[in-house]
Amino acid sequence: MRNIISIKTICLLFLFVTTFSFATDGGGSEKGDIKTEIKEYINHHLLDSHDFSLYSYTADNGEHKYVGFPLPVILWDNGLKVFSSSKLNHGETVAEVDGNYYKYYHNKIYKTDASGTINEVDHHVTNAKPIDFSITKNVFTIFVVGLLMFFVFSRMAKKYKTGSMPKGVGRILEPIVLYIRDDIAIPNIGKKKYKRYMPYLLTVFFFIWIINLLGLTPLGINVTNNIAVTLALALITYLFTTFTANKNYWGHIFWMPGVPVPMKIILAPIELLGTIIKPFSLLIRLYANITAGHIVLMSIIGLMFIFKNWLGSSLSFGLAFALSLLELLVAALQAYIFTMLSALYFGSAVEEHHDH
Amino acid sequence: MEKLINEFSIGLFFWQLVLFVGLVLLLRKFAWKPILDAVEKREEGIQNALDAAENAKLEMQNLQADNDKLLKEARAERESMLKEARELKNKMIEDAKTEAQVQANTMISQAQAAIESEKKSAMAELKNHVAGLSVEIAEKVVRQELANKDRQLELVESLLGEAELNLTN
Repeated sequence: MRNIISIKTICLLFLFVTTFSFATDGGGSEKGDIKTEIKEYINHHLLDSHDFSLYSYTADNGEHKYVGFPLPVILWDNGLKVFSSSKLNHGETVAEVDGNYYKYYHNKIYKTDASGTINEVDHHVTNAKPIDFSITKNVFTIFVVGLLMFFVFSRMAKKYKTGSMPKGVGRILEPIVLYIRDDIAIPNIGKKKYKRYMPYLLTVFFFIWIINLLGLTPLGINVTNNIAVTLALALITYLFTTFTANKNYWGHIFWMPGVPVPMKIILAPIELLGTIIKPFSLLIRLYANITAGHIVLMSIIGLMFIFKNWLGSSLSFGLAFALSLLELLVAALQAYIFTMLSALYFGSAVEEHHDH
Repeated sequence: MEKLINEFSIGLFFWQLVLFVGLVLLLRKFAWKPILDAVEKREEGIQNALDAAENAKLEMQNLQADNDKLLKEARAERESMLKEARELKNKMIEDAKTEAQVQANTMISQAQAAIESEKKSAMAELKNHVAGLSVEIAEKVVRQELANKDRQLELVESLLGEAELNLTN
C-alpha cells in the first residue's frame, strides 16, 4: 500500500517537473551551453588523463586551475622519454623534452613543432603519435588498488598463522573468498582442478569489485570503463583457458565427437571462433556496463544543473541517489559475472571426457 | 567502434597486463595460498573433529549396550541365585523336618519300649510282691485262724487295705 502511494507521488512529481521544464524552456542559448558543457564533462570523465586531478575550476582571471597532482609521462619515441605531466600543463603549453616537442590534445600526446601546431584533417590529427606508456590516472589507480589488495590480503593471510579462525578484516573477506571457492570455482571447474585457478579468480573478483567501487567515489576514477583494461583482463582469461586446456577441450573444438563428418568440418571454425568470442563478450560486458552506469549517473546529476529549480533538481538528486545504490550492486555484480564466466571457461577447458 | 579503437590506449593495456599479472602472482604467493591452505586445514580439522565425535557417540552407544547387557545378565544371575537359595532353604527345612520326625519317632518308640519293659518289670515285681504278700497273709491268716474266725477276717481285711495302700504308693 505504501509503495503504491510512493509510486503515485513520484508520477505526480514527474508531471510537475515536465510542466515546469516546459514552462522554463524559454531560456534558450544558455541552457544549450550547459548541456554541451555537461556532455563534454561526461566525455572527459570517461577518458583517462595524464595527471591525477580531483577537480578543476576557472579562476577570476579566466585561468583554469586544476587541483590534484601530476603523474609521470613515459613515451617511446626513438628512445624512452620520461617527464612529469605538469610539463604538458593540460594541453595549454608545449612540453620540450630532449629537443622534442609534445603537446597534449584531446587526452592524447602528440609530437609537434616548437610552437605546438596540431594538424587536423577531418577531425583526424595527422601529427606523429609517440607510443604512450605513461603512468596515467588509471594506471596509478590500478597500482594503488593492487598495493591495497596486497596489503589487505597478505595481512589477512598472516593472521591465519596465529590461529585458524579469521581475525579483523578477514572476518568479512573470508566468506567472500569461500563463496568464490565453493559457489564459483568448485561447481564450474570441478573439485580436482579448481585450485590452480583460484588465485586468478580471487584476484580478478576483488580487483574488479574494488575498482568499480572506487569508480563510484567522487574521486573521478574510472578504470573498468577503459576497453584496454577489460581487454587485458579478458586476454588473461583467454590465455589461461587456452594454455591449460586438455585434449578433450581441443577435441571438442576441432573434431566435435558425435556428429557426422561434414558437420565436424563446419563446426570446427565456428567453435574456434567461439573460443575468442567468449572472452570478447567478457571484455565488452564489463566495459559497457560500467560505462553505461557512469554516463547515466552523470547525466542525471547533470540534469540538476539543467533543471535549476527546486523540484526538478531534487528529483534528479533522488534519482541519482537511487541509481548510485543500483551502481553499487552493479559493481559487485559485474565482478561476480566476470569471475563466474572465467570459471566457466576454465571449467570447459579442463572438463574430463564423458560419453554423449 | 572507431571511437573505441581511438580510445584504446596501448599504454594502459600494457600497464594493466603487467600490474595485474604481477598482482596475481604476488597475491598467490603471499595471500591466496596461505589463506586457502589455512581454511582447508581448518575445514579438515572440523571434519575430523566431527568424525571423532560421531565415532565417540557410536562407541558410547556400544558401551551403553554392553552395560545394559551386563546388567541384564547380572540381574538374571541374581534371580537364579536367589531362586536356588530359596529352594535350598526349603529343602533344608524339609530335610530337618523329616529328620526331626524320624528322631522323634525313634525316641517315642524307645520310650515306649522302655515303658513297656518298666511295666513288665513292675508287673513282675508286683507279682512277686503279691505272691510274697499272699504268702505272708496266708501265714498270718493261718496264725489268726488259729485264734478267731472273726479276727481272721478282720485281719485279712486290714491287711488287704494296707496292701491297696501300698499299691497306690
